Formats: sequence, structure tokens, C-alpha cells
Amino acid sequence: MTSASSSTMVIATPAPATRRAERDARRDRWFARALKASALLVLAVLLGAALSTLWGGREVLFGEGLRFLASSEWNPVDDRYGALAPIFGTVLTSIIAIVLAVPVAFGIALFLTEIAPEWMRAWFSAAIELLAAIPSIIYGMWGLFVFVPFMAEQVQPALTAVLGELPLLGALFSGPPLGLGILTAGIVLAVMIVPFIAAVMREVFLAVPGRLKESARALGATTWEVVWHIVLPATRSAVIGGIFLGLGRALGETMAVTFVLGNAYDIQASLLMPGTSISSSIANEFNEAVGNHRSALLALGFLLFVVTFFVLLIARVMLRRLARREGTA
Amino acid sequence: MSTRLPARIFATLAATTLSFAAAATEISGAGSSFVQPILSKWSTAYAQGSGHRINYQAIGSGGGIAQIKAGTVDFGATDKPLSADELAQSSLGQFPSVIGGIVPVYTLEGIAPGALMLDGPTLAGIFLGQIQNWNDAAIASLNPGLKLPDSKITVVHRSDGSGTSFNFTNYLSKVSPEWKTKVGEGTAVDWPVGVGGKGNDGVAAYVGRIKGAIGYVEYAYAAKNNLGHATLKNAAGEVVRPGRESFQAAAATADWASARDFNLVMTNAPGSGAWPITATTWIILPKKAGDSERKRLAIDFFRYALNKGQAQAEALDYVALPVPLVQRVEAYWASEFKH
Repeated sequence: MTSASSSTMVIATPAPATRRAERDARRDRWFARALKASALLVLAVLLGAALSTLWGGREVLFGEGLRFLASSEWNPVDDRYGALAPIFGTVLTSIIAIVLAVPVAFGIALFLTEIAPEWMRAWFSAAIELLAAIPSIIYGMWGLFVFVPFMAEQVQPALTAVLGELPLLGALFSGPPLGLGILTAGIVLAVMIVPFIAAVMREVFLAVPGRLKESARALGATTWEVVWHIVLPATRSAVIGGIFLGLGRALGETMAVTFVLGNAYDIQASLLMPGTSISSSIANEFNEAVGNHRSALLALGFLLFVVTFFVLLIARVMLRRLARREGTA
Repeated sequence: MSTRLPARIFATLAATTLSFAAAATEISGAGSSFVQPILSKWSTAYAQGSGHRINYQAIGSGGGIAQIKAGTVDFGATDKPLSADELAQSSLGQFPSVIGGIVPVYTLEGIAPGALMLDGPTLAGIFLGQIQNWNDAAIASLNPGLKLPDSKITVVHRSDGSGTSFNFTNYLSKVSPEWKTKVGEGTAVDWPVGVGGKGNDGVAAYVGRIKGAIGYVEYAYAAKNNLGHATLKNAAGEVVRPGRESFQAAAATADWASARDFNLVMTNAPGSGAWPITATTWIILPKKAGDSERKRLAIDFFRYALNKGQAQAEALDYVALPVPLVQRVEAYWASEFKH
């Protein structure tokens, strides 16, 4: 017994340490599992949402097949549905939004990181965050009651007068000045996504080491040269990430777009004419939709997944290509 | 059936969440948003007298029909009546609750509100996109006294599925064979032209803001937004103004006697003085007694609504059912709903 106890005594000194190590390892394993579960939960929710919209839309997606994707007819009375007009509206308004929002967001972020005096930065940053926190219904109401009349009375007549007569380009800016339409929706979306893109850009611009910028300035670079040759190359992938974050939001935006887009299932050349988008079609019609109509709306929801997936895919491919080019350069 | 599952789950969740709030017997209903304002007013007044509450979810007529068929609510409300066959299949009964009118509204420079007169075929022509200018011969010949401007017509319709659209397109289908074949009737249709506004508010906002616009809204919204409403030529060939008298005239002269289960859309009513686009919302109740106490309460509530509640309806710009129609509904209850 003594020997036994003594032997336990001998290994007793390292024992608590081993036991603690084991316990720590066990805890770590549980921690890792919990983390993995959280990550898997996201995946499960995503898959569940995609599959349930696919399942809900199966009657139309598989019943109509390619016609659903290729037709712009949306006729609940005859139960014939085509997704082309909503897809067209969603993609076009998002493109307009990105084209308008990126330069502005870029300017804001650069101003805040490179030019603005210290005291101003905090105020402006808070203002941008506040802008990002405004619910989309507010943008919709503002769009309908303030911005649409402004577009109808000031912007659209001017656009039609100046650009409407040009060949090719003129077709984009013709039509009666309704105030509503693809262009208005694109501009409202741009206002909504500017704070998102600007906030991301500001963060990554701040992360550029001061040494690099100071070195460039010491070599006589202007602010523009510092931005173009130092800041942007160092942050390019994050900037693109921020832009696609904004694009993702623009693609899925519902309420604000519903108010100003005009909600007509048409595909027209003019940006001043009304259109529709995937999310606003769903928001508009889901309440009263039964049978195939509901199925068509769920199928639209699934298509939004597909469209967003492709946009993110393109973003990934672009980032990888950029990374490769930077690697070889 | 599986396609309606999400709506059912949603309404059940909403109903259970809300049912925690009240302890007294609660009658639940779901359906049309058209009647929600008046149902909530009736509910408050009824609760003061009886202690029983009405919990109504305005999830849309389609949802309301699905709910009452599934038996998850005590009553449903729909802007589009069910056929007698469809009711019999699920052993349900339906009756009208309150009347409202749908009016064409316009914004046109130089034309005073209420000055414009239209008839059914012309209205259909405008919404078909065939009549594109305000000084078109079809409009001008109806309005010889007006100096109509040479401006483009912008059609405004509802973008969301709604009973208002159903009644409006139902009327156009009755007066224009071309509308019937090309577009048809429904809570949502394939509009040939125009822009879509969300809800009555959205349509009113668009019509108010777009010069040369014409749309259709429930009567209350036309008054609230100071929009010019058109007068219409009805089936009897008279020019009528929208309002309490003409809506009631439509309800009174509609041929209810030959409509089983009140399956009759009142548009283009034949009688003298009838407003051609008059609408109602039907209440759907189960005929078979599941919980007879709740069913008795539901009928008691609607009895209260149709008799004492009609003054409140008028305060909210609805129009009361004419007395003969209320008597007809009472007779229907007595014969169809056995307690």
C-alpha cells in the first residue's frame, strides 16, 4: 500500500497539470464544436431558405421551365408567369445604384481618412453610421413624397430635353416625366448603399500603415498620387468586398424600391419608365396570392438567391484574379 | 395545399401571440384588409357591451379563405365571394358585411374635381391603353362642356393584390368584352399599361403627383386626398356621383334574390341611381358547429355590427347595408347556421 501510495505520490506532482491539460483540451474541443455549430447553423439556414423557396416554387419552376425565365408576361388571371421583367428591374436598378454610389462613397471615405481635420472625422463618421441605420421604409416614403416629385418636375424633363434627342442614348431618357421608374429607384438605392460602402472603405483606408503614406509624401507625391498608388492598391480587395456588400443590399432591397419603381411588369429601354423588381413583386403580391401565383412568387424568391449567388461568385473570381495579378507583379 | 402552409403558420403564430393579451372569449378572424378599420372599431364597441373581443388579422382575402377552410380562425373575410359549390365543399356560409365604393380619380389641369364624366367602355379603353390622350374623341364626346387638354393619360393601378382591383376589373369585364378577353378580372391582373402604386395610399399619391393621371381608389381615400373623382354613367344610363346614396342604391338594387349564398358582385348594378363600382366584403363562417359557443358569439357580433354598428361604419366612410339586405342576411343566418 505504501509503495502504491508512494508511487501515486510520485506521479501526483505532474498529475494536476496533465489533468488540467486534459480538461483544457476537452473544453477546447467543446468550444470548437460550439463554434462549428454556429457556422453550420448559418449554412443550414441558408440551405433551408434556398430549398424551401425552391420547393414552394417547384410547380412554376419545373412546370413552366425555361419559359419562366424567358418570358416577361406576368398574368395572374390566366396563371402564366415569367420572371424576366423582375430580374431585369432588379439587376438594372442595382447596377445604376452601384455606378452612382461607388464614386461618392469613395470620395467620402477618402475625405474622412486623408483630408478632413481630426475633429470633423468623428462627426462625419457618426453621420454616415446614422444614415446606414435609417430603415428602408423611410427611404421609400422620402422617395415617394419628396424625391419622385423632384425627379418629375426638375430632373426628368431636363434629362429628356438634353439627352432625349441623342441617337441610342436618347432611348434611355425618353418618355413622360412620371418621376417614378428604374432611374429613380436606382438613385434611391444609391443613397441607401452609400453609407455601407463608405463605412467599409473608411475602415480599410484607416488600416493602411501611415509609414507608407508618409514615405510617398516624402518622395513628393500629391494627395491624389498617395491615394491612387499607395492606399488603393493596398486595400483593393477589401474595397471590392465593400462594393459587393452594397450591391448585395441593393439587389435585395424591397420597400424603398416598391415605392418608387412604378411596379409595372414591363421591360423598356427608357430608364424613366416604370419597372418591377424581384423583391418588390413578392412584397406586393404575396398577401393575395394563392396556388400557382404563390408558387411563382416563391420561385422568384429562389431566383433572387441565384442572382445574388452569381454576383458573389463574380466578386470572388474578381478578387482571386486581382490577388493573382498582385502576386505576380 | 402545401403552398398555403406558410400563410397558415404565420397567421397561427400571430393569433397565438395575440391571444395571450386577452382572457375573455376571443373570436378570431382573418382576411381582407378592406374591412380591417371598421372591424377593429366594431370590435372595441362590441367588447364594451359584451366583454368578448374580436381578433382580426388583415392577411388578405386569399389568406382569409385558406384560414377559414383550415378551421384555424372563427371567421374569414374576403373581397371576392366564393361560389355556392366551393362553400358547400367546406360547409361554409357567407354574407356581405359593409359597403364601399371604388371611384376613378384623376389629376388634370384645367378640369375641376368631379367635372369629368366617363362611361364603362371609355374607362376600359383608357385602362387598356387604347385611349391615350385626354382630348380623345371618346372622352370629349362624353364631356361636351369641358375643354380637355392635349396631354397624355397616365394610368395608375394597384401593384398589390387587392379586392379594390378585383371589383374594378370585374366592372371593366362586365362593360367591355375586350377587357374581359384581354385582361379579365382578379385581385391582381396583367395590366396592359400604367404604373402600380402600393395600396390605396400609393395610388392616391401617384394620381395626385402625376399630371394627367387616372387611377381608382376606395371612396374614403379620394375624399381624404382631395383628388378629383369622375362621375360615371351606370347600367341604367344615368350619370351618378359617388357617395352614400349611390352606393346604397347599388346594394339595394342588386339582384340578391337569385344569388345563392350572396354570391354576387355588385358592380354594374342595374338599378336607378346605382354607383357602378360598388363593393362589399363577405364574411365567411363555418356552418357546422365545432365550438358552438364561439360560433354563436361570432354571429352575435355580426348581428351587432349590421344593426347597431352601421353608424360607426359611416363615420369611417363605409356605407351601411340597406335594411332589406340586413333582413335578408338575418334570414340566411336563421336558415343556414344551426346553433
